[in-house]
Amino acid sequence: MIRADLVEEIVAHARRDHPDEACGVIAGPEGSDRPERFVPMLNAARSPTFYEFDSGDLLRLYRDLDARGEVPVVIYHSHTATEAYPSRTDISYASEPEAHYVLVSTREADSAEFRSFRIVDGVVTEEEVQVVETYMFAHTGADTVPDKD
Amino acid sequence: MAVTVSIPTILRTHTGGEKSVEAKGGTVAEVIDDLESRHGGLKDRLITNGSLHRFVNIYVDDEDIRFAGGLDAPVQDSSTVTILPAVAGGMR
Repeated sequence: MIRADLVEEIVAHARRDHPDEACGVIAGPEGSDRPERFVPMLNAARSPTFYEFDSGDLLRLYRDLDARGEVPVVIYHSHTATEAYPSRTDISYASEPEAHYVLVSTREADSAEFRSFRIVDGVVTEEEVQVVETYMFAHTGADTVPDKD
Repeated sequence: MAVTVSIPTILRTHTGGEKSVEAKGGTVAEVIDDLESRHGGLKDRLITNGSLHRFVNIYVDDEDIRFAGGLDAPVQDSSTVTILPAVAGGMR
Protein backbone atom coordinates (compact mmCIF):
# COMPACT_ATOMS: atom_id res chain seq x y z
CA MET A 1 0.00 0.00 0.00
CA ILE A 2 1.38 3.36 -1.03
CA ARG A 3 0.05 6.92 -1.15
CA ALA A 4 -0.80 8.32 -4.59
CA ASP A 5 1.39 11.42 -4.09
CA LEU A 6 4.43 9.19 -3.44
CA VAL A 7 3.73 7.20 -6.62
CA GLU A 8 3.57 10.51 -8.51
CA GLU A 9 6.90 11.64 -7.00
CA ILE A 10 8.61 8.39 -8.02
CA VAL A 11 7.26 8.51 -11.58
CA ALA A 12 8.16 12.21 -11.90
CA HIS A 13 11.72 11.49 -10.73
CA ALA A 14 12.03 8.62 -13.21
CA ARG A 15 10.77 10.88 -16.06
CA ARG A 16 13.11 13.71 -15.04
CA ASP A 17 16.23 11.51 -15.13
CA HIS A 18 15.24 9.58 -18.26
CA PRO A 19 17.16 8.27 -20.25
CA ASP A 20 19.34 7.58 -17.17
CA GLU A 21 18.01 5.31 -14.46
CA ALA A 22 16.58 7.13 -11.44
CA CYS A 23 16.71 5.75 -7.91
CA GLY A 24 15.74 6.53 -4.34
CA VAL A 25 13.87 5.35 -1.28
CA ILE A 26 10.63 6.02 0.54
CA ALA A 27 11.41 5.96 4.24
CA GLY A 28 8.94 5.00 6.93
CA PRO A 29 8.90 4.27 10.65
CA GLU A 30 10.70 1.05 11.58
CA GLY A 31 8.25 -1.84 11.86
CA SER A 32 5.37 0.11 10.26
CA ASP A 33 5.77 -1.12 6.65
CA ARG A 34 4.32 2.30 5.75
CA PRO A 35 6.17 4.38 3.13
CA GLU A 36 6.01 8.06 4.12
CA ARG A 37 9.05 10.18 3.29
CA PHE A 38 10.21 10.54 -0.33
CA VAL A 39 14.02 10.58 -0.58
CA PRO A 40 15.27 10.81 -4.18
CA MET A 41 18.91 9.76 -4.56
CA LEU A 42 21.51 10.63 -7.14
CA ASN A 43 22.39 7.80 -9.51
CA ALA A 44 26.18 7.88 -9.08
CA ALA A 45 26.51 5.71 -12.20
CA ARG A 46 24.55 8.25 -14.32
CA SER A 47 23.76 5.45 -16.71
CA PRO A 48 20.76 4.29 -18.75
CA THR A 49 21.53 0.67 -17.77
CA PHE A 50 22.82 0.83 -14.19
CA TYR A 51 22.13 2.67 -10.97
CA GLU A 52 24.05 2.94 -7.75
CA PHE A 53 23.66 5.17 -4.72
CA ASP A 54 26.86 7.16 -4.18
CA SER A 55 28.70 5.54 -1.25
CA GLY A 56 28.91 8.79 0.76
CA ASP A 57 25.22 9.52 0.13
CA LEU A 58 24.40 5.96 1.20
CA LEU A 59 26.17 6.40 4.55
CA ARG A 60 24.44 9.75 5.19
CA LEU A 61 21.07 8.25 4.21
CA TYR A 62 21.36 5.34 6.65
CA ARG A 63 22.60 7.59 9.48
CA ASP A 64 19.65 9.89 8.88
CA LEU A 65 17.22 6.95 8.81
CA ASP A 66 18.70 5.59 12.05
CA ALA A 67 18.44 8.98 13.76
CA ARG A 68 14.76 9.22 12.75
CA GLY A 69 13.92 5.62 13.65
CA GLU A 70 13.15 4.90 10.00
CA VAL A 71 13.94 2.17 7.50
CA PRO A 72 13.85 2.16 3.69
CA VAL A 73 10.31 0.78 3.27
CA VAL A 74 10.51 1.22 -0.51
CA ILE A 75 13.66 1.13 -2.65
CA TYR A 76 12.82 2.30 -6.16
CA HIS A 77 14.60 2.61 -9.47
CA SER A 78 13.65 2.97 -13.09
CA HIS A 79 14.31 0.88 -16.15
CA THR A 80 14.41 3.15 -19.16
CA ALA A 81 14.21 0.67 -22.04
CA THR A 82 12.92 -2.56 -20.53
CA GLU A 83 9.99 -3.76 -18.45
CA ALA A 84 9.57 -2.95 -14.77
CA TYR A 85 10.83 -6.33 -13.56
CA PRO A 86 14.00 -7.01 -11.50
CA SER A 87 17.01 -7.88 -13.65
CA ARG A 88 19.68 -10.38 -12.69
CA THR A 89 21.80 -7.45 -11.52
CA ASP A 90 18.95 -6.09 -9.41
CA ILE A 91 18.50 -9.48 -7.77
CA SER A 92 22.21 -9.98 -7.06
CA TYR A 93 22.43 -6.61 -5.32
CA ALA A 94 19.14 -6.74 -3.43
CA SER A 95 20.02 -6.76 0.26
CA GLU A 96 17.01 -5.43 2.16
CA PRO A 97 14.76 -8.46 2.63
CA GLU A 98 12.09 -6.33 4.30
CA ALA A 99 11.97 -3.63 1.61
CA HIS A 100 9.54 -3.33 -1.26
CA TYR A 101 11.58 -3.05 -4.44
CA VAL A 102 9.62 -0.76 -6.75
CA LEU A 103 10.43 -0.64 -10.44
CA VAL A 104 9.17 1.96 -12.86
CA SER A 105 9.59 1.62 -16.59
CA THR A 106 9.84 4.82 -18.58
CA ARG A 107 10.22 3.13 -21.97
CA GLU A 108 6.78 4.45 -23.01
CA ALA A 109 6.60 8.25 -23.05
CA ASP A 110 2.93 8.50 -22.10
CA SER A 111 2.49 5.66 -19.59
CA ALA A 112 4.62 4.40 -16.74
CA GLU A 113 4.66 0.80 -15.59
CA PHE A 114 4.80 0.76 -11.74
CA ARG A 115 5.37 -2.61 -10.04
CA SER A 116 6.57 -3.82 -6.65
CA PHE A 117 8.56 -6.87 -5.61
CA ARG A 118 10.09 -8.60 -2.62
CA ILE A 119 13.56 -9.92 -3.29
CA VAL A 120 14.73 -12.37 -0.62
CA ASP A 121 17.72 -14.69 -1.03
CA GLY A 122 17.58 -14.27 -4.80
CA VAL A 123 13.88 -15.12 -5.04
CA VAL A 124 11.60 -12.49 -6.63
CA THR A 125 7.96 -12.28 -5.60
CA GLU A 126 5.71 -9.70 -7.22
CA GLU A 127 3.19 -8.04 -4.92
CA GLU A 128 0.02 -6.15 -5.66
CA VAL A 129 0.34 -2.36 -5.47
CA GLN A 130 -2.58 -0.66 -3.76
CA VAL A 131 -2.56 3.10 -4.30
CA VAL A 132 -4.47 5.09 -1.69
CA GLU A 133 -5.08 8.80 -1.08
CA THR A 134 -4.27 8.50 2.63
CA TYR A 135 -3.25 5.74 5.06
CA MET A 136 -5.77 7.02 7.58
CA PHE A 137 -8.51 4.43 7.01
CA ALA A 138 -6.11 1.59 6.41
CA HIS A 139 -5.22 0.44 9.94
CA THR A 140 -1.79 1.96 9.76
CA GLY A 141 -1.72 3.84 13.03
CA ALA A 142 -3.28 6.75 14.85
CA ASP A 143 -0.82 9.45 13.88
CA THR A 144 -2.06 10.14 10.38
CA VAL A 145 -3.81 13.45 9.83
CA PRO A 146 -6.95 13.66 7.71
CA ASP A 147 -6.79 15.48 4.39
CA LYS A 148 -8.41 18.92 4.39
CA ASP A 149 -10.96 18.86 1.61
CA MET B 1 38.87 0.59 24.22
CA ALA B 2 37.14 -0.97 21.30
CA VAL B 3 35.71 -0.26 17.91
CA THR B 4 31.95 -0.10 17.38
CA VAL B 5 30.78 -1.95 14.29
CA SER B 6 27.40 -1.11 12.80
CA ILE B 7 25.78 -4.19 11.23
CA PRO B 8 23.21 -3.93 8.39
CA THR B 9 19.85 -5.73 8.66
CA ILE B 10 20.82 -8.49 6.24
CA LEU B 11 23.85 -9.53 8.35
CA ARG B 12 22.18 -9.37 11.75
CA THR B 13 21.44 -13.11 11.57
CA HIS B 14 25.16 -13.45 12.39
CA THR B 15 25.02 -11.15 15.42
CA GLY B 16 21.89 -12.48 17.10
CA GLY B 17 19.91 -9.52 15.79
CA GLU B 18 22.28 -6.89 17.21
CA LYS B 19 22.52 -3.63 15.23
CA SER B 20 25.97 -2.86 16.51
CA VAL B 21 28.70 -4.92 18.13
CA GLU B 22 32.13 -4.21 19.56
CA ALA B 23 35.37 -5.48 18.12
CA LYS B 24 39.12 -5.01 18.34
CA GLY B 25 41.74 -4.41 15.69
CA GLY B 26 44.09 -1.86 14.21
CA THR B 27 42.88 -2.30 10.63
CA VAL B 28 39.55 -3.15 9.02
CA ALA B 29 40.86 -6.65 8.19
CA GLU B 30 41.76 -7.25 11.86
CA VAL B 31 38.37 -5.97 13.00
CA ILE B 32 36.66 -8.41 10.60
CA ASP B 33 38.82 -11.31 11.84
CA ASP B 34 37.93 -10.41 15.41
CA LEU B 35 34.23 -10.29 14.52
CA GLU B 36 34.48 -13.65 12.78
CA SER B 37 35.86 -15.23 15.97
CA ARG B 38 32.58 -14.42 17.76
CA HIS B 39 30.10 -14.15 14.88
CA GLY B 40 31.01 -17.03 12.58
CA GLY B 41 30.09 -16.67 8.91
CA LEU B 42 30.25 -12.90 8.84
CA LYS B 43 33.62 -12.75 7.10
CA ASP B 44 32.44 -14.77 4.10
CA ARG B 45 29.60 -12.29 3.59
CA LEU B 46 32.13 -9.46 3.26
CA ILE B 47 35.31 -10.85 1.72
CA THR B 48 36.17 -13.32 -1.02
CA ASN B 49 39.77 -14.28 -1.78
CA GLY B 50 41.08 -11.45 0.33
CA SER B 51 39.09 -8.65 -1.25
CA LEU B 52 35.96 -6.81 -0.28
CA HIS B 53 32.81 -7.84 -2.16
CA ARG B 54 31.78 -5.42 -4.89
CA PHE B 55 28.32 -5.02 -3.34
CA VAL B 56 29.46 -4.25 0.21
CA ASN B 57 30.61 -0.85 1.47
CA ILE B 58 32.65 -0.50 4.66
CA TYR B 59 33.31 2.87 6.25
CA VAL B 60 35.69 3.90 9.02
CA ASP B 61 33.90 6.84 10.58
CA ASP B 62 32.93 8.84 7.46
CA GLU B 63 35.43 7.36 5.04
CA ASP B 64 34.63 4.63 2.50
CA ILE B 65 37.61 2.28 2.86
CA ARG B 66 37.85 1.91 -0.93
CA PHE B 67 39.35 5.40 -0.84
CA ALA B 68 41.33 4.90 2.38
CA GLY B 69 43.54 1.84 1.97
CA GLY B 70 40.92 -0.89 1.54
CA LEU B 71 40.96 -3.69 4.11
CA ASP B 72 44.28 -2.32 5.43
CA ALA B 73 42.60 0.98 6.31
CA PRO B 74 43.64 1.92 9.86
CA VAL B 75 41.05 1.86 12.63
CA GLN B 76 41.51 3.93 15.78
CA ASP B 77 40.16 3.02 19.20
CA SER B 78 36.67 4.48 19.51
CA SER B 79 36.21 4.59 15.71
CA THR B 80 32.93 3.46 14.26
CA VAL B 81 33.08 0.92 11.45
CA THR B 82 29.87 0.87 9.39
CA ILE B 83 29.00 -1.98 7.04
CA LEU B 84 26.35 -1.20 4.41
CA PRO B 85 25.28 -3.19 1.39
CA ALA B 86 25.50 -1.15 -1.81
CA VAL B 87 22.14 -0.11 -3.23
CA ALA B 88 22.55 -0.74 -6.93
CA GLY B 89 21.18 -2.58 -9.92
CA GLY B 90 20.40 -2.14 -13.55
CA MET B 91 18.43 -3.41 -16.47
CA ARG B 92 20.79 -6.23 -17.49
